Amino acid sequence: MVRRIWWLTIVSLLAIWSLFPSSHVGAAASGKLEIFSWWTAGGEAEGLKGMFTAYQKAYPSVEIVNATVAGGAGTNAKAVLATRLTGGDPPDSFQVHAGLEVQKYDPPKYLEPLSGLFKSEGWEKVFPSGLLDLLRYQGNYWSVPVNIHRANVMWISKKVFSSNYLTPAKTFDEFFTLADTLKAKGIVPFVLGDKEGWEAGHAFEAVLIGTLGANGYRGLWTGKTAWTDAKVTQALNTFKRMLTYTNSDHAALTWDGAGQYLIDGKGAMEIMGDWEDGWFQSKNFTDYGWASPPGNAGVFDALSDSFAMPKAARNRANALNWLKVSGSKAGQEAFNPKKGSICARTDCNQMLFNAYLQSSAKDWAKDALVPSVIHGAAAYESWATKYKDAMALFVTSGNVASTQAALQAACKDAGVCK
Amino acid sequence: MALYALLAAFAILYLLPIYVLALTGLKSYAEVNLYRMWDWPAHVSLDSFVKAWVGSDAQGFRGLDNNFWNSVRLAVPATLLSAALGSLNGYVLAKWRFRGSDTIFTLLLFGMFIPYQSILIPLVQVLNRMGLYGSIQGLIFVHVVYGIPITTLIFRNYYATVPNELVEAATIDGSGIFGIFRYVMVPISLPAFAVVAIWQFTSIWNDFLFGVIVTPRPAVQPITVALNNLAGSYIVEWNVQMAGALLAALPTMLLYIILGRYFMRGLLAGSLKA
Amino acid sequence: MSETVRAQRASPAATRLRRRRAITADRLIAVLLIAPSAAAIAVFVYGFIGFTVFASFTKWDNLSPDFTWVGWKNYAALFNTVRFRIDLGNTVTFTLLFLAICLSVGFILAVLLDRGIRGEAFFRSIYLFPLALSFIVTGVVWRWLLNPGSVQLGSTGVNLLLDRIGLGMLKTGWYTDPRIGIKAVVIAAVWQMSGYVMAMYLAGLRGIPEELREAARVDGANDLQTYRSIIVPLLHPITLGAIIILGHISLKIFDLVVAMTGPGPGFSSDVPAFFMFDTTFRGNNFAQGAGIAVILLLMVAVLIVPYLVYSLRTETQR
Repeated sequence: MVRRIWWLTIVSLLAIWSLFPSSHVGAAASGKLEIFSWWTAGGEAEGLKGMFTAYQKAYPSVEIVNATVAGGAGTNAKAVLATRLTGGDPPDSFQVHAGLEVQKYDPPKYLEPLSGLFKSEGWEKVFPSGLLDLLRYQGNYWSVPVNIHRANVMWISKKVFSSNYLTPAKTFDEFFTLADTLKAKGIVPFVLGDKEGWEAGHAFEAVLIGTLGANGYRGLWTGKTAWTDAKVTQALNTFKRMLTYTNSDHAALTWDGAGQYLIDGKGAMEIMGDWEDGWFQSKNFTDYGWASPPGNAGVFDALSDSFAMPKAARNRANALNWLKVSGSKAGQEAFNPKKGSICARTDCNQMLFNAYLQSSAKDWAKDALVPSVIHGAAAYESWATKYKDAMALFVTSGNVASTQAALQAACKDAGVCK
Repeated sequence: MALYALLAAFAILYLLPIYVLALTGLKSYAEVNLYRMWDWPAHVSLDSFVKAWVGSDAQGFRGLDNNFWNSVRLAVPATLLSAALGSLNGYVLAKWRFRGSDTIFTLLLFGMFIPYQSILIPLVQVLNRMGLYGSIQGLIFVHVVYGIPITTLIFRNYYATVPNELVEAATIDGSGIFGIFRYVMVPISLPAFAVVAIWQFTSIWNDFLFGVIVTPRPAVQPITVALNNLAGSYIVEWNVQMAGALLAALPTMLLYIILGRYFMRGLLAGSLKA
Repeated sequence: MSETVRAQRASPAATRLRRRRAITADRLIAVLLIAPSAAAIAVFVYGFIGFTVFASFTKWDNLSPDFTWVGWKNYAALFNTVRFRIDLGNTVTFTLLFLAICLSVGFILAVLLDRGIRGEAFFRSIYLFPLALSFIVTGVVWRWLLNPGSVQLGSTGVNLLLDRIGLGMLKTGWYTDPRIGIKAVVIAAVWQMSGYVMAMYLAGLRGIPEELREAARVDGANDLQTYRSIIVPLLHPITLGAIIILGHISLKIFDLVVAMTGPGPGFSSDVPAFFMFDTTFRGNNFAQGAGIAVILLLMVAVLIVPYLVYSLRTETQR
């Protein structure tokens, strides 16, 4: 009996406690800034933290709320963002890929146009024109780019290459010769980890670039190159052949799980974006090298993380200041070395970056720039999703004809192809 | 003897996953390796657990501690309210049949089966209009509403086993609808209440979807969302995540261990019979 | 109170009249008591279902709703989509396997535990407690366990264990093998939910009067025959109830697939709920997502509605 009363009391107290709102929600309204992203751990989170510090140096009285949602390569976050934007409770600023991905948030209706800000901050002189082209949608800029990642990098295990006296392949023919040699030795030539469903599409971008060249690849997303082109068929066949040289457990591994093959010296090459550099560092692995995938020399397949600002943001002044910091030299220098990417600005201090990033920055300045589709730059997300799904299926089916048809259909659905 | 062997074999099978969870939680990130998952760590450390709980300012991720208490403030009231509402509904539908009450019951029950991903957008808009969006109170409301079907089902089936003579006797003694509830139903409700409390607490504590959509602000989110955030968008520290998973699962595990007996008793009393 | 008044009050006619009035008033209160719940469900379930059905017939494919009517176009496109067709197949496979295995395992465990042995509570807790975990935790751990490893780096997880105990020929690719795919997820789901089935059956077994088993024994039936002809039929209501609960969980399965396998090679472990989430919030295709939701609902209805109708009818007969 006594125990029952005791439980009842505890429970009622808890119930009453819950009726009162938690933490200081009612704090000074002017002093808040809510940043929304899916950078929740690792180098990304540290980079973001770095930028927060830079912001707080300039605006010490503002409380930064770091609203993050992890999972599904951003799908969970996108779900939350969609409900918040339509529900009238948007964050002050949120992470979005630079490029046509911004279309999914209906910029004219929900986002703040930033062309004025770009002019007043002089960004049009500091960001490369290739990047500015990516950012423009319906005649306006809608987000501020903080970094540049390169998607078409071939990471190689130095140990495997040197002990077999091999050099990275420049053409696909060389690639297959290399692969045969390695396969005979029991090493996985081409490592892949496609559990998340997007990695195959990511690698295929490099194959498309290598087969069609920079202009041909660009044309795929603007309608100038037909998806029914024979070169696309050739690319699909090349990729199909590449897939015969990959690890048998690729479906169980994410890209970093697959990267373990390189660390262990059991795999030779992986096509992945340059966040893999940051990952190798976190694993204390330094015996890796990098090269352009076959046929990709002189082409930089770019993606960029940027920050946008909803029209209905509650703390407008703070949000605008945040955008200014993200686009500033100090902010980008705080963010990028930790994140493992290079500055979007062309005037960052290169000494802050490691060997890979310095070489990447040099490439960024001189290479032909093409937009990545898997990472939101080249096409509307609805199209990108269809592309991703078609390639994910291709890995198992190997059916060139139906995949090419699906890719063509996706282009038609997006209204770009006839 | 063979019986014990069989039971033990099953027990080992059932415990294997927990073994892996705990073992990985005791390793450091450099040691975490898919191919050595069954091996004992070279250095056993509780660091991952601490890191999962407290977070890491340097690495920029939040720990589970705040969100743990958010979950408590969510799950306890929601479970109690849910159970109270369910018992009232179950009582009315079992003992006070009126025209259409069976239809109402069926319609109520069907609410259990909708896929929640499909109603997120209208849900947020309605909650916003009610002023409940973004708070734990709103989350409690959502769980209570969507808990109505299952709690009503359990209580109704349970109360249906109470002989009508008892109800009539109480009526003769002058009790009205509330009196019967208070003096006949409630005193014997403990088994059903146990089943409902355990079931609801578990599903509310473990819910992710509503937690991440209804309370997008990290300060008020439940622990499942915080746990999910321990994983980065590209990079996952498995040791921290598994340690965190164990920590997040502790309350419900304890609940089953401590109250499992009442759960069984409740089931025995027919609360979940068809 | 005076004797006469009490006597008057207690007269049969007066009592009946008072009781009838009280019952009518109480009946009204009963309706009022159920009203808030009914209203809540009307809005938050049926209102939203209505909205979803409506949305599935529109052209809504951006954040700002576009409610232009397009008729059956979305549904036609869905059934033309390879991914969706695979998903439907996966759901059927998953549901059938999950129900069959979970019910069997739960039943076997219940039978084993029903002997009244020492340590029953201990074993029962072990089998029950996976229920305490969230599907996300289960998915993460089983993703590791059923990772087959590779030819180059060696086996891992369950495969490694099988190797170590000498059962290496049982190794498979688990969820990396497109022919297995979602069946690997069944294993994780059974591990999590079989304790619940066991508890239900245990309760049911305990509810069977000892006399019935005695009678069967006296009649010369052995254990197996007793189970087959008497006990299992008596447990039908429980089996039915378990089928309903497990069935609707398996039709809506989402968290487990997300955490454990993702869509899998060739979408072999993809499920409609996952596709719905993906296409709605990643692909921005709200109308298509709504269409998938409606189809999911119909599948659930096909399972549930006959059961509901049947159980209500048998009740009113009682």
